[in-house]
Amino acid sequence: MFDLERWQEIFETIGKNKLRTFLTGLSVASGIFILIILLGIGEGMKNGISKEFERDAANMVSVWTNVTSKEYKGLNPGRAITLKNEDYTSTVNNYQDQLEYKSSVFMIWNGTVNFKKESGSYRVEGVWPDYQFLENADMTEGRFLNYRDNDNIEKVVILGNKVRNDLFKNGEDPIGQYVEISDINFKVVGVYSDPGGEREESRVFLPINTAQRVFNGGNDVRSLAFTLHKRDNFEQALAESEQFSAELETYLKEKHNVAPDDTRAITINNSLENTKRFYDLTNMIIIFFWGVGICTIIAGIVGVSNIMLIIVKERTREIGIRKALGAEPLSIIGMILHESIFVTTIAGFIGLITSLALLEFVGPLIETNYIANPSVNFNVALSTVFILVFAGAVAGFFPAWRAARIKPIIALRDE
Amino acid sequence: MIEIKDLHKSYKMGSNSLHVLKGINFSVAEGELVSIMGSSGSGKSTLLNILGMLDEADSGTYTLDGLPIKNLNEKIAARYRNKFLGFIFQSFNLISYKNALDNVALPLYYQGIKHRERVDIAMSYLEKVGLADWATHLPNELSGGQKQRVAIARALASNPKVLLADEPTGALDTKTSYEVMELIQGINDEGRTILVVTHEHDISLMTKRIVNLKDGLIIDDSKVDQVRANSYV
Repeated sequence: MFDLERWQEIFETIGKNKLRTFLTGLSVASGIFILIILLGIGEGMKNGISKEFERDAANMVSVWTNVTSKEYKGLNPGRAITLKNEDYTSTVNNYQDQLEYKSSVFMIWNGTVNFKKESGSYRVEGVWPDYQFLENADMTEGRFLNYRDNDNIEKVVILGNKVRNDLFKNGEDPIGQYVEISDINFKVVGVYSDPGGEREESRVFLPINTAQRVFNGGNDVRSLAFTLHKRDNFEQALAESEQFSAELETYLKEKHNVAPDDTRAITINNSLENTKRFYDLTNMIIIFFWGVGICTIIAGIVGVSNIMLIIVKERTREIGIRKALGAEPLSIIGMILHESIFVTTIAGFIGLITSLALLEFVGPLIETNYIANPSVNFNVALSTVFILVFAGAVAGFFPAWRAARIKPIIALRDE
Repeated sequence: MIEIKDLHKSYKMGSNSLHVLKGINFSVAEGELVSIMGSSGSGKSTLLNILGMLDEADSGTYTLDGLPIKNLNEKIAARYRNKFLGFIFQSFNLISYKNALDNVALPLYYQGIKHRERVDIAMSYLEKVGLADWATHLPNELSGGQKQRVAIARALASNPKVLLADEPTGALDTKTSYEVMELIQGINDEGRTILVVTHEHDISLMTKRIVNLKDGLIIDDSKVDQVRANSYV
């Protein structure tokens, strides 16, 4: 490998056979280029889809209610089911050990929020402090609600980032300011952002006790949200959360006299199940792109092998001459392999660098919902280059080996 | 220099076996210039290929400068060819993408000589054949005679014990042929052993000894009075 004379010989050969070198290089470089771009897009799709799923905690179990759709125990369908504070507290008590975050939600769909002359209509939700984690809300300013706010029925409010931008147009610091919600003053104590984007950020949060009092909610609750403790094993986590949601469903349906098969009156959404579907989907996408990519690589290898075969065929006479002049078979094989490995390596890295550069510079400019930040694992990219180089060497070895074994007299006769 | 005893060689042609050499006995002393004559099919090229270790005999012995040549593997054959033999072919067999100088330097590369030294030696042999000014030209920029001179320079470059020329003038016109023969005679005058395979009578007369082959056997082996090639020019 480090034989300077050999290198000189190879550079000379490459320099004198530019077209051949170019064609070999092109097939390798384009194979690598296509593979990396495909993998990048696959990763981008995965990122894009997972962003869609990031709005709320990934392992959230949420409950909401509607009117009954089935007659049960002599009760008519069409009854409105409303959850109560007791539903929440008893669930929390029963599953104390399993629950990580928990909150009940009391909600006003269109609450008018005013600050000075600015006003807007937003979803107003009375929630527990844990809700921050259930919603994946990041505090950009101030703090979230705490239990003392709830106990003392404080009139404090957390604004979504969009609400803040709508109301505080002059860039004023909202913390400590008072906004009016339905003509009642609330003190702003925090602003949050949500990975789900604007729709999720056009909400305001109040302590649930405060919200129920102010909006005459009594002890009604719109929905419940829980997460279970994280488990290292996805299957275990899924099983636990499925069991929890099934038990919760049975309990709530029994308590509210809802038919066990009435899916409309009480709906339980287990996002871990969705997550599983999401992982299956993204895995399918990744497998698909890998499949296409591997086929591309195989096509590249076939291309390289073909070219190697032609090169050896074309050089049969030259090999005969070299052998007549005293080249040993090993040196013939070495010469051909050395050249092919050198060319495929250089071409492979050119393909690698151009595709990575494309992903790096064009990737962030892609603005669609389902592709975000296409990128590729550098080690994976590097390995594919080496696989292709190795495959090219193997593909080149057999014709080279055969050529080296041809008797020089036969090779010289080759016209 | 060369000792050959009872050499046999046959080729398989499908189910038939073609007996090409049927027991050749032949020896060449150092400094001889021998021509091997014969019509096509007489086995003269086969004999030369065996002498050149490009092919192997079925039976018989071959000794080159006291060294028995037998049971060669590819690697040793290659080394012997490089050290002991220089080849001159009818179709020149220059490497098309290498210039004259690099072609001449190629045997030296396989001897493991460093680049700078290779170039110096190759240049001196190009001068010897009168083509120093053409060193950087590719073979397709040279005339037939010039190509053969480059090939001769290449054959000489490794300073071999024996030069083997297979129809060296076969692809050249008469005038150029004589020029090439003049060069070969000059090299022989310096004491180098040379074997020339040819079927041209005038060319064989320019050597010092003619060996006549017919149907795989030597039918005549006689010394001749050498005709100097420059007497024609």
